[in-house]
Amino acid sequence: MSAAPALVASGISKSFRAVQALDDVSIELHHGRVTALLGDNGAGKSTLVKCISGLYQPDAGRIFVQGVEHRINSSRHARELGIETVHQTLSVIDPLDVAENLFLNREHTRGGWLGARIGLLDKGRMRRECAATLARLQIRIPSLRRTVGSLSGGQRQAVAIGRAVAWGQQIVLLDEPAAALGVEQTQRVLDLIVNLRDQGVAVLLITHNMDRVLAVCDQAVVLYQGRKCAEVDVAGATKDDLVSYITGARSTDSGAGI
Amino acid sequence: MIRKSISEKASAGLPSPVEALIDRYRHNGGLRQYVVYLAFVLILATFSVILHDDGFLSSSNLLNIGRQAAPIAVMAVGMAFALAAGEIDLSVGSVVALSSLVAAEIVGNHGFLVGTLAALGASALVGLVNGLITVKVRIPSFLVTLGMLGIISGIARNWNDLQSLPIRNDRFSGMFGAGGLGPVSSLLIWTIVVGALGHIALHHLRWGRHVLSTGADRDAANAVGINTARVKISALVVSAAAAGFAGILLAGRLSIGRHDLGEDYLLTVIAAVVIGGTNLFGGRASIVGAVTGALIMSMLNNGLILMGLEVADQLIARGVIIILAVALSMREAKES
Repeated sequence: MSAAPALVASGISKSFRAVQALDDVSIELHHGRVTALLGDNGAGKSTLVKCISGLYQPDAGRIFVQGVEHRINSSRHARELGIETVHQTLSVIDPLDVAENLFLNREHTRGGWLGARIGLLDKGRMRRECAATLARLQIRIPSLRRTVGSLSGGQRQAVAIGRAVAWGQQIVLLDEPAAALGVEQTQRVLDLIVNLRDQGVAVLLITHNMDRVLAVCDQAVVLYQGRKCAEVDVAGATKDDLVSYITGARSTDSGAGI
Repeated sequence: MIRKSISEKASAGLPSPVEALIDRYRHNGGLRQYVVYLAFVLILATFSVILHDDGFLSSSNLLNIGRQAAPIAVMAVGMAFALAAGEIDLSVGSVVALSSLVAAEIVGNHGFLVGTLAALGASALVGLVNGLITVKVRIPSFLVTLGMLGIISGIARNWNDLQSLPIRNDRFSGMFGAGGLGPVSSLLIWTIVVGALGHIALHHLRWGRHVLSTGADRDAANAVGINTARVKISALVVSAAAAGFAGILLAGRLSIGRHDLGEDYLLTVIAAVVIGGTNLFGGRASIVGAVTGALIMSMLNNGLILMGLEVADQLIARGVIIILAVALSMREAKES
């Protein structure tokens, strides 16, 4: 495990017309660690994730991936840098099957040079690799040929996360991955996150659920009204601590709350 | 050991082929995806019985149905991609006329190949303009292509003062429409070729999967890095190019280019595509269904004429069928 942080975002600011969504926010993600990104609705969590994953361009701030500075200008660029995102609205395509979703926009082709040019899909290879990837992540799906639209919420979520990590990506951003999931399915997703962490992946987890934070996260960054108001080790924190940061009652970053 | 456990899990994730087939049938739409083929058989059977004495099943009449269906089917294949991408192309009818006129103008002086390519190129160009305006200026494609329908129709009318342009080129006529391989009409061959190409493009090319993804959920498609603007443009180009090819087939069959070829095809084409199982609002498409839908529309047209319905009654019947098909399509969209 390298000592350098997998990702550093420093001084990120982003505003939409009159609204300052993010104001000078910094965050570090480390290999083999799960970082929670907390905050109330509208605190800027999703905006920060979108800045890191290339969907938004920050107005100010710098982003370093594996120690090298990059201006991430598209989601494609972010993926090339090893950053994968599972968005709150699942980025799975209902009418495509599981294997097609897993390989969407990264399809294997056959037929050599010409096949690659016209994009002739190698469906057999994609299904085989899909099965192997899902098995490695212990994700169970009834059939890889089933359209994702016909799967349960938990299975869809598993496909989305499976896609995020299928590529040996080193940085994974998860935006509320267990929202709208049942108890058992949520546990599966949490197991999956621990699984990723143990494989050395740097994970950023956005959630409103403090039990999940305490269960799988190593550190927590809390946003309040677009600013970072706290950065704490989860090991030494209680649920009440975290909640008081989220509601703005306390703060570690400015002197006001101390 | 590890390898073994993985292969066990992998095989646990992949049930037997028969199970997989049943599973797919149950979860990927069930009976609904085959409705168009059932309808085809039912209508064929019905007309065969009630119009038996009118010669519905005679080989010349069946050939007639096929000939009429060919340009509709070719346009339906293109339209299926426009709809799958979440757009619609209302300019296809006018592109048919434009293509026939370009072909007639150029085949005479520059030969069959140049003329065909010029007609296809002009049609694709219309689609490119449709796509660019839709995507870059962000005007809904039904408005862009409705405007384009007017523009191209006007150009076609002005082209030769409403007169038809004769095509005197045996190779062109033989290749598209008049000739054939032995007893098989070239129209039928081209329909099969276009249908097969469309089916392969939709299911076995990266582009087809991206078209579906873009139409199903544009944000999600963008999030995985698909250039959805380019996908939408390309789908409208394909739609227009297909309409252009339908124009070539009509020009070949009639040996003319004329401003009103394809004029009243639009509703028939949309009905064929939607009956065939393509969602009017994107994300689901069937090429085989679209071609079958074209055959159904042609068969209905033919049957209604043989039954002695007036043009006015045919129009009413066709309108009812289209609304029914769209209603079905919308209900499915809500369910899924």
